[in-house]
Amino acid sequence: MLRDQDRIFTNLYGLHDWRLSGARARGDWDDTKAILAKGRDWIIDEMKTSGLRGRGGAGFPTGMKWSFMPKEVGERPHYLVVNADEGEPGTCKDREIMRFDPHKLVEGCLVASFAMGAHAAYIYIRGEFVREAEHLQVAIDEAYAAGLIGKNACGSGWDFDLYVHRGGGAYVCGEETALIQSLEGKKGQPRLKPPFPAGVGLYGCPTTVNNVESIAVAPTILRRGGSWFGGLGRPKNSGTKLFCISGHVDRPCTVEEEMGIPLKELIEKHCGGVRGGWDNLLGIIPGGSSVPVLTKDICDTVLMDFDSLREVRSGLGTAAVIVMDKSTDIVRAITRLAKFYKHESCGQCTPCREGTGWMWRVMERMCVGNATVDEIDMLEEVSRQVEGHTICALGDAAAWPIQGLIRSFRPELERRIAEARANARAA
Amino acid sequence: MSSTTTDDSFQPASFAFSAENLAQAQATIAKYPAGRQRSAVMPLLDLAQRQEGWVSLAAMNVVAEMLDLAPIRVYEVATFYTMFNLKPVGKYHLQVCTNLPCMLRGSQEIVEACEAELGVGLGETTADGKFTLSEVECLGACVNAPVIWIGDDYYEDLSVESTKAIIAALKRGEDPKPGSQSGRQYSAPASGPTTLTTLAGGDA
Repeated sequence: MLRDQDRIFTNLYGLHDWRLSGARARGDWDDTKAILAKGRDWIIDEMKTSGLRGRGGAGFPTGMKWSFMPKEVGERPHYLVVNADEGEPGTCKDREIMRFDPHKLVEGCLVASFAMGAHAAYIYIRGEFVREAEHLQVAIDEAYAAGLIGKNACGSGWDFDLYVHRGGGAYVCGEETALIQSLEGKKGQPRLKPPFPAGVGLYGCPTTVNNVESIAVAPTILRRGGSWFGGLGRPKNSGTKLFCISGHVDRPCTVEEEMGIPLKELIEKHCGGVRGGWDNLLGIIPGGSSVPVLTKDICDTVLMDFDSLREVRSGLGTAAVIVMDKSTDIVRAITRLAKFYKHESCGQCTPCREGTGWMWRVMERMCVGNATVDEIDMLEEVSRQVEGHTICALGDAAAWPIQGLIRSFRPELERRIAEARANARAA
Repeated sequence: MSSTTTDDSFQPASFAFSAENLAQAQATIAKYPAGRQRSAVMPLLDLAQRQEGWVSLAAMNVVAEMLDLAPIRVYEVATFYTMFNLKPVGKYHLQVCTNLPCMLRGSQEIVEACEAELGVGLGETTADGKFTLSEVECLGACVNAPVIWIGDDYYEDLSVESTKAIIAALKRGEDPKPGSQSGRQYSAPASGPTTLTTLAGGDA
């Protein structure tokens, strides 16, 4: 059981003052100058020691990502861009950070930017989060007024400017190169990589894009030491994590827990269990809409971290846990996700633009059994034609839920087809 | 959008930012490096929408001129992002999330309640022009599902009853209280936090 003293987001539920004085009382901005005085290499090494893996879904080691930025700042300035375009269905953790612990993010932006040689950072927040953007702007204004950012930030000699940029309602902008395009004032259509943003990113300059949670935990890690964070959780899956548990539980909530907590324990301890009891569980999507659904037998024992979930052919993603009890029409549920991906495809790559619509239409027929059994195989085959054949991962994200459905619930698909046929014959 | 002829009779002949919004637009442009004013296109479109309720062709043209962009560069942004209303919407724009986490908590009943109370379907505006009802994709408040986005606020943990109450309040011209309609503390478990119970938490 994670102790409260080891939790980072101590105002997760907005019970306390979120502004500067409250944040300071909780330890934020405590001698930040001393952290910066230890230098860029120390900060990046400490982040590597912590084992922090990116909290936006892909789980790439944050310290290593920071180290990819050029060591020397040349003619082109460096940028940090924070991905606050939280939109993966099931995910609502960055929202809590930005409205109740915004100073953790602002301070994190300073230390991360300093470590990467950036004098400016942009926080790209989804447009719907109007109130969250307001809190963030207040926190930024407070930090400027207190000399914590701006010229000679925290008395460190480092100049640092921080801006909030609101998005316009496009899920694909959560992909880092689409986000950069959008921040430049263009349609949010992903760019081919390479070149990677660390070489050619925002305005053609070296850029690192990090998730809100990854940046917001950095100051605490640097204060308490990378080994403290690294000592929580499991090897290569260290630290604490915000989990958002939605759907058919008694009490949905967001909670900070230790990485590697058993899925069942997470739900029973914090959410009052699955509605109707654990045995009423049908399946769980453990990491946001993009990852394959798990059946109950796997949920019984699986641990909530990157590698454990990968071993069962799903993923931790954003740690957005969507719980479905036995009342759920699982085919309808996955069809809703298929519709979402069709809506959000940016239209740039043919396999995704055409494939997401095709898969959704077939899924609509699968819902009512208006299909043939070999069409299940065709659906699987088409999903494989989309997966891995697009510029960004949206195509993969559209394919995986359907593949997960076929893998775990094929008998249900076949049952519906048989039932529809029997009904047609009887009519 | 597939029609080759477009009825544009609802488009105003001109658009101008108010003095206050013009100042804010200039401050926004200054957030980006010199020569990168194009970055301000979405914030300026948002500002125009806040002023008029929607983004007209005339507004897009003004934004294009302010940012020294070809008008098409603004049109393509305005049409790409779903938050920009390209035709007038009601004073109250009810945007109901129906994505999976909301669906599992009854968003279909919430949509039906809205349709019944307003007498319009999804994508439609009431005859008096006051209410527009829309379906949106995930709003990112999933542990507080189901959720409706109205104006700048989320209404969360909705039931059919609380949805009806919100609409009734809006019809009376009131400002119903946003956030959780079941009265819980933001994203904490409804029965109270299971964590962070042993810390002072910094209420200095």
